[in-house]
Amino acid sequence: MFNAKYIWPGIVLFVVLFTAPFWLNVNSGTYVRPEVALPEKGTECIEPREYMAAEHMQMLNVWRDMALRKEKRVYVSTSGKEWEISLQNTCMTCHTNKVDFCDKCHDSNSVDPYCWDCHVEPRGNK
Amino acid sequence: MKNRRQFLKVASLSVLGLAGGAVLPGMARAAEAEATRPAGYRSSKEALKGTHWGMVIDTRAFDAPEKFEAVIQACHKYHNVPDIGTKREIKWIWKNGYRETFTDQMDNYPAQGVLERKYLMLCNHCVSPACVRVCPTQATFRRSDGIVVMDYHRCIGCRFCMAACPYGARSFNFEDPRNFLKDEAINITFPTRMRGVVEKCTFCSELLAVGKMPLCVEASEGAIVFGDLDDPESDVRKVLAENFTIRRKPTLGTEPSVYYII
Repeated sequence: MFNAKYIWPGIVLFVVLFTAPFWLNVNSGTYVRPEVALPEKGTECIEPREYMAAEHMQMLNVWRDMALRKEKRVYVSTSGKEWEISLQNTCMTCHTNKVDFCDKCHDSNSVDPYCWDCHVEPRGNK
Repeated sequence: MKNRRQFLKVASLSVLGLAGGAVLPGMARAAEAEATRPAGYRSSKEALKGTHWGMVIDTRAFDAPEKFEAVIQACHKYHNVPDIGTKREIKWIWKNGYRETFTDQMDNYPAQGVLERKYLMLCNHCVSPACVRVCPTQATFRRSDGIVVMDYHRCIGCRFCMAACPYGARSFNFEDPRNFLKDEAINITFPTRMRGVVEKCTFCSELLAVGKMPLCVEASEGAIVFGDLDDPESDVRKVLAENFTIRRKPTLGTEPSVYYII
């Protein structure tokens, strides 16, 4: 191969650097789901806990469009219970502890949703 | 030649396979989640229903600054509209003089009382809203009940709507509005806005959805009437039938839904 003495070290260096994130994290332990503060009042969320943890962002997007664009402001859950579609007046009246509920999980997953640029968090969260 | 051809075939198939393997389970999971959620959406039973919401303002009843103040404060307090007080002000409902309000009126010498009076101004919730035509993201749109609303999630702050609106009903958030709102004064049942979005009156669509009248109507003690312009039996239509009314800038053809008794 022409110029092999430069190319081979180059390829090796590239592969090492490119895969560095994987082997640097091999022994750093598994991801632990953070302990979030569950609401004191109320025993169940509008949908099962696992579903809410995985899908709440999609649900909030649909809620937004339903309330603002389709003028449908009531959500009928799979259990048949009815809820007002409102982040501030439904979700956050139970989940009043934004810091230890929303933020804790968002931080550990490195996501930074902009919900609270406009929506007002419950008092006592600053 | 044959070797290269075979290599390319195998390589492209493996890439396809890898990509498919990464994408398909995700799609399957999404479809599964979709299938297991028969949850539904509907409008509230108490919601006030209409096909063309409109408003009549009896300008004769607004004869003192306190009466304007009561209406403006009721709206701005509830909707977390900051009081900035410079050219960058935010306003949903405000007052102005006769010449500024009714620029289409050709009367050189209007009656003294009419000329001296102040007039409430707000979004006219036009039938042909210029702001909706120019919005590049459909952040502002006209609902089936005639209300022109904003979806702040989608607003990119281009301000085309402000240039288009002939009534000056739209305000731009040059700064974070929370800088001008005291924490304890914020109504935590209603959102604020963020820097870089345009805002305006909503005809209290969030209150109509729970069966309540707009706040300005409640605060006006009968001087503002609200109802369905398409319903001949509605309060607004009765008031319109009994009084001479004018609208702002009718020659532009935007068909405002706010009427003024002079």
